[in-house]
Amino acid sequence: MRRGLPLLLTVVSLLLVAIAWVQAGGFRRHEISSAATPEEAVQAFMADVQAHNWDGAYARLDPSNDVEKAAFIRDIAGSDGSLRTYAALQSFDTWPLHADENSAVLRVRLKWSTAVGSLDDVRDLPVRRDGSIWRVVWPKPNFPAVPPQVVPVNYLRWDVVGRDNDQAWGAQGVDPPQVRITSMNAVERPDRVVVMGEIENEDTVPAYVNVNATLLRADGSVIDQEGSFDLISHTLLPKQVSPYRIDFPGIRIAAVKSVRMDARPLLVPASADPVITVASQVVEKDGLGRNVLRGDLINQSGETVNISQVLSTFYDAAGKVIWVSAGYVDQALLPQVSTPFALDVPDDIASRMKNYHVVVNHYVRTSS
Amino acid sequence: MMRTLSLRLVAFVALGWAWTASVAVTLHAPATAPAGQGFTIQTEGLGDALFYLLGPSTASKRTVHLGNDISIGSEMVSSAGRYEAILCSGEDCAHTTFEITAAEPARLSFFLHPSRVPVSAPDAIDATAFVFDRYYNPVLTPAKVEFQIVPRATATFSRIVPSERGVAWMRMASSGKEGPVRITAKLGEVSVPRVIQQVAAEACGLRVKEIPGKNGVTLETDPVRDCGGNPLPDGTIVSFTNIDSAGKTTVDAPIKRGVARAQLTVRGSGRVSVACGVVLGNELSITGSM
Repeated sequence: MRRGLPLLLTVVSLLLVAIAWVQAGGFRRHEISSAATPEEAVQAFMADVQAHNWDGAYARLDPSNDVEKAAFIRDIAGSDGSLRTYAALQSFDTWPLHADENSAVLRVRLKWSTAVGSLDDVRDLPVRRDGSIWRVVWPKPNFPAVPPQVVPVNYLRWDVVGRDNDQAWGAQGVDPPQVRITSMNAVERPDRVVVMGEIENEDTVPAYVNVNATLLRADGSVIDQEGSFDLISHTLLPKQVSPYRIDFPGIRIAAVKSVRMDARPLLVPASADPVITVASQVVEKDGLGRNVLRGDLINQSGETVNISQVLSTFYDAAGKVIWVSAGYVDQALLPQVSTPFALDVPDDIASRMKNYHVVVNHYVRTSS
Repeated sequence: MMRTLSLRLVAFVALGWAWTASVAVTLHAPATAPAGQGFTIQTEGLGDALFYLLGPSTASKRTVHLGNDISIGSEMVSSAGRYEAILCSGEDCAHTTFEITAAEPARLSFFLHPSRVPVSAPDAIDATAFVFDRYYNPVLTPAKVEFQIVPRATATFSRIVPSERGVAWMRMASSGKEGPVRITAKLGEVSVPRVIQQVAAEACGLRVKEIPGKNGVTLETDPVRDCGGNPLPDGTIVSFTNIDSAGKTTVDAPIKRGVARAQLTVRGSGRVSVACGVVLGNELSITGSM
C-alpha cells in the first residue's frame, strides 16, 4: 500500500503525458519525420513550418534550388508587417498531382489562422528524391525590389477640430457627413440570411460608416440585429461607394417580413493617400476548381501598406447587387509593386453575375 | 378698592392679548419683478420672524424683524419663474407668491444648420436664434432679431424676424455659388456670427481624356464641376475603370486641383469609363501595349 500510491501516480502521469503527446500530433510528427515518401516529405516540411521550426523546415529543402534561408523564412513567415507576419499555420492537406521514381508534385492546401479570420493558400510543391529520402523543392522567392526613390505624395488630408465642451449652449458644431444606402438586397443562403448592398458618402468630407440591419417579423418584432463588421470599407472619402454585407446565421428568409437599415456616419480625420489600383481583374477557376476573382493590387503611394482587404460587389444583368465577397491579402503592398489577390465567388453567383466592382481597404501600421 | 384694581388689571391683560392677536403676521410682495433687480417685501406684525424665499434656483432662510421691509437682493432673483415668500412667527405664518420675469434681451444662442449644404438647395438652411436676458432666462416678450446674410459672391442682405416665445427662426435656400456664407444673428448690441459652407452638388458632364505617356496610359478628367459650374472639392473620389484583354482595372482617385488623374497599364485596346459617386461620365477607347 505504501508503494502502491506513488506507483499509481507515476503510471497516471505517464499516461497523461502520452495522451498529450498524441493530442499534439506526436504520432503524425513521428511518422512524417522520416520523409521516406513524397507525401511524408511534404508533411514533415509543413509540420516544421507549423511549429515555426524554420531551421528544420529549411533543412528539408532540396539544396539544388539555392534558396537562401533568410529569403525562405521571409517567404513563408511574411515581412513588412503583413498579415502573414501575424498568422500561424493552423492545418494543411496534401494530395499528389504527379509522381515518378525520382520526382513528384504535391498540391498543398494551407489554412492560416489570423486575427481577422482564416486564410487559405494553395501551393503546388515539387519534391525530389535525394538518396533514400525526399526533399521539397521550394521555388526561389522573387521578392520585388523597390528602387530607392522619392515618391512625392501631395494627396489631401482632412483634420477635424471638434467642438470645445466649455463653449456655451448653441455654439456651432460640425455636422456628421451625409451618407446614403444606395442599394439593399436580402437573400437566403444555405445557412443564413444575407443583407447586402452599397453605401455612398454624398458629402464633401470623409465619413466613418457602419451599417446595421434589423430583421423584423410580420408583427414588427425583432428577429435579429447585426452589423457589417469588417465586410465594408468603413472610411469613405467624398463620393466614394462601398459595398456592405451583413450575415444573419441560422435564420430563414421566410421568417423575415421586413428589414430595417441603419447607417451611422461619423466625421473622422482621413487621408486620400494611398491610391491603390486594382488591375487585371478576371473571374476564373483556381487549381481546386473553385470560381475566384483574381487581380493585382498596385500601391501607387510611397508608403508600404501593411494589411489590405479586398471587397468586391457582384451585380446581375439588371445591376442589382447579388453578392459581396471579401478577403484579406497576406502580403504587404510595397510602393509601386503589383501584389496578387484572389476572392472566392460562389458557383451560383458566378453563373448569374454580369459585372463586379472591387474596392480596397488598407491598414498602415503607424510607427510608435 | 382691591377688587376694582384686580378687574382693571384683568381687563388690561385681556386687551393686550386681543391687540396682539389682531396684529397678525402679514407680508406684501410685488406681483412681478424683472430678473436681477432687487426689491423689498413689506411686513406687518411684532417681534422677530423667520423669512423663507423659494424660487426656481433659490432657497433661503433668515430672521427678520416684523414691521420692517425685507430686502431681496438682485442675486436672489436672477432666475425667472414663480417664487414663494413665507414668513413665520411662532405658529403664525403668512405667505405670498410673485413672478420674476426675464430682464431685457442681452444674449442670443444661435443655431445654424447644417454646417455644410449643397448649392441651390431649397429651404436647406435653417437659422434659429434663442433670445435670453443676461441671466440666460428666455425672453418671452417679442423681440426683433435681424439675420444678416453675407454670401461670398453676392450682395449682403438681411431678414428681420420677430421672436415668438423667445425663438426667432427662418429658413432659406442655399445660393448657386459654392463657398462660405456668413450669417449673423443680431439683437441690439448683441451679434452672434456663424459660417455655413455651401458645397458643390453632384458632378455634371463628367469627362475623361487620355494623355499618352511613357509608362502606360494616363487618364485625366476635365475639371470636375457640378451643373452650376462649381468645382467639386479636392479629395472627391473619381472611379476610373478600364476593360481590356487582361481583364478589368479600377482606380479610385481623388480630385486634385480640380481634376482626377489615374495611370493605367493597358494591354491591347481598352474601354475606359469614369464615375463620380452615382454619376457616370463618358466612355473612351484607348490603345496600350500589345
